[in-house]
Amino acid sequence: MDEEYDVVVLGTGLTECILSGLLSVEGKKVLHMDRNDYYGGDSASLNLTQLYRKFRPNQTPPTELGRDRDYAVDLVPKFIIASGELTKILVHTDVTRYLEFKQIAGSFVYRDGKISKVPSTEMEAVRSPLMGLFEKRRAKKFFEFLQSWRDEDPSTHQGINLDRDSMKTVYEKFGLEPGTQDFIGHAMALYLDDDYITKPARPTYDRIILYTSSMARYGKSPYIYPLYGLGELPQSFARLSAIYGGTYMLDKPIEAIVTDDDGKFVGVTSAGETVKAKQVIGDPSYFGAGQEGGKVRVLEEGKVVRAICFLNHPIPGTEDSDSCQIIIPQNQVNRRNDIYIAMVSHTHNVCAKDIYVAIVSTIVETSTPELEIAPGLSLLGPIYDKFVDITPLYTPTSSGEADNIFITRSYDATSHFETVVEDVQDVWKRVTGKDLVLKKREVEVQG
Amino acid sequence: MSKQFQFKLVLLGESAVGKSSLVLRFVKDQFDDYRESTIGAAFLTQTVTLSDQTTVKFEIWDTAGQERYKSLAPMYYRNANCAVVVYDITQSASLEKARTWIRELQRQADPSIVIALCGNKLDLSARRQVTQEEAKKYADEEGLMWTETSAKTGEGVTEIFTAIAQKLPLTAPGATRAGAGRTGGPSARAGVDLNKQSTTPGQPDACNC
Repeated sequence: MDEEYDVVVLGTGLTECILSGLLSVEGKKVLHMDRNDYYGGDSASLNLTQLYRKFRPNQTPPTELGRDRDYAVDLVPKFIIASGELTKILVHTDVTRYLEFKQIAGSFVYRDGKISKVPSTEMEAVRSPLMGLFEKRRAKKFFEFLQSWRDEDPSTHQGINLDRDSMKTVYEKFGLEPGTQDFIGHAMALYLDDDYITKPARPTYDRIILYTSSMARYGKSPYIYPLYGLGELPQSFARLSAIYGGTYMLDKPIEAIVTDDDGKFVGVTSAGETVKAKQVIGDPSYFGAGQEGGKVRVLEEGKVVRAICFLNHPIPGTEDSDSCQIIIPQNQVNRRNDIYIAMVSHTHNVCAKDIYVAIVSTIVETSTPELEIAPGLSLLGPIYDKFVDITPLYTPTSSGEADNIFITRSYDATSHFETVVEDVQDVWKRVTGKDLVLKKREVEVQG
Repeated sequence: MSKQFQFKLVLLGESAVGKSSLVLRFVKDQFDDYRESTIGAAFLTQTVTLSDQTTVKFEIWDTAGQERYKSLAPMYYRNANCAVVVYDITQSASLEKARTWIRELQRQADPSIVIALCGNKLDLSARRQVTQEEAKKYADEEGLMWTETSAKTGEGVTEIFTAIAQKLPLTAPGATRAGAGRTGGPSARAGVDLNKQSTTPGQPDACNC
């Protein structure tokens, strides 16, 4: 610890691990530490022992759940969008060689008390039980419009300007019912609330196309998932960093962030020793999140409630899918924010055979968050056991350019990793002063 | 007809016992006296041909230095078919460390994993601190393969990897046909291949009907 580093990274969540992997590849000397004795921070996947240590420190897991090592329970319910930004990073950094992926088997949406498959093409829309006969025709026209859109060809625009006209205008042009708007905006464009409707339609168009192209890539759903849980993702980037000279230390309590008289970063103190570096990157928990006193470097901008549920059966109404996402659009249950259900199972090597792990989550709107997810919980059928967590979401108060302290954001309520990649790109730009450009690495595997 | 199998082999052991040197000797038949700590290789591969023309391809994972501060990820042991746990015969403390790694493997890795205990730096036997008897006795008690090697002279190196290849169950489900693993391009397992080109947006996939 007597050396000086270019960057010290605190916390081994996915955001921090992608950053230290990319920084190491760039030739930066990186020291990466975590207070826990496992990788992943808030985006870890825990075995039963770790899960109980976190939620029920005075209990031991029941033996009927099976072997400890068979479990990798995600703390954050997210899936990877097949054609999304995280996939690009995984491919460009070649960490895919450490990982294996499976499709998520189904994507469902709740409407009028029932769950149905999310249609992703005009063909599927026509068959979907989500809509009546006339609405199907209107939806078909809407999807045809989206899929034939070419920026350079005004004849495909049907009088719409995506950059000027609101999504409301587009919906009205095709005469889509509010319920149809719900599944398009929430289950396909994956908006958490309805704020997008009055804004220009372009981002919504982009998100629907991302959904449909991801869906077309592997067929069953727009999502893929790493075997052995999401915790494999930070581990794979940590290995990338280590291979390029990054130093890893787990189980290291961090006592202080040391700054000079001007408040600029000097080093990090762990176990009485201070290690110096030019810059520090870390998750909010290392910079005063949830603590009293000290310099305020992060702000709470809301809370997410997540209930990790163990089931002995697939979720009813999902055609016995071994994995799925179910979205309950806010309007359907009179909320401002959607409720999400993400389920994985034994086939993803994250739990014992015949166990299904479903996480129900939403952004907290009231003082009784557990009641808010009740509509989601009620879709699961009998719940064997449930671990409820209410997590504040933190965001840094400054960009870090003035004091060389760069703080990442908490994992939000979205169902995928697109905002995590945005955070990576944002922190990268603040740390290096340059845009993140992904270059294909030389392949070192020999034949 | 010749058969090909592919296995994941992980290296374990204290820093500076010669893990990377051992692999470098086995894979490239090279040795470097002043080798820096491992940088830049995700894993190396090398093929061993057995007497019956069966070929065994090892996908060899080095620790990338993550063993130094108790920071090896569970991913490292994941699906490992075999492990070479290395100690330095001139440092008795390194055998103690090897025992710790073997306990860790027995706890974390697949129960069918083939473990070889390997005393390296045989060229420095004048400074030997670990006797052959002591190491062999421990290996026998734990049911491990055992040998001594010198990455510097090459003594015993190919032999240990060949011995492991012979001991691996070539019919067990753990053995992957060469080319079906992660190194061999598109995965033939149940998973999805991220490197596959995206189909044109808007064209429904064939299996999407």
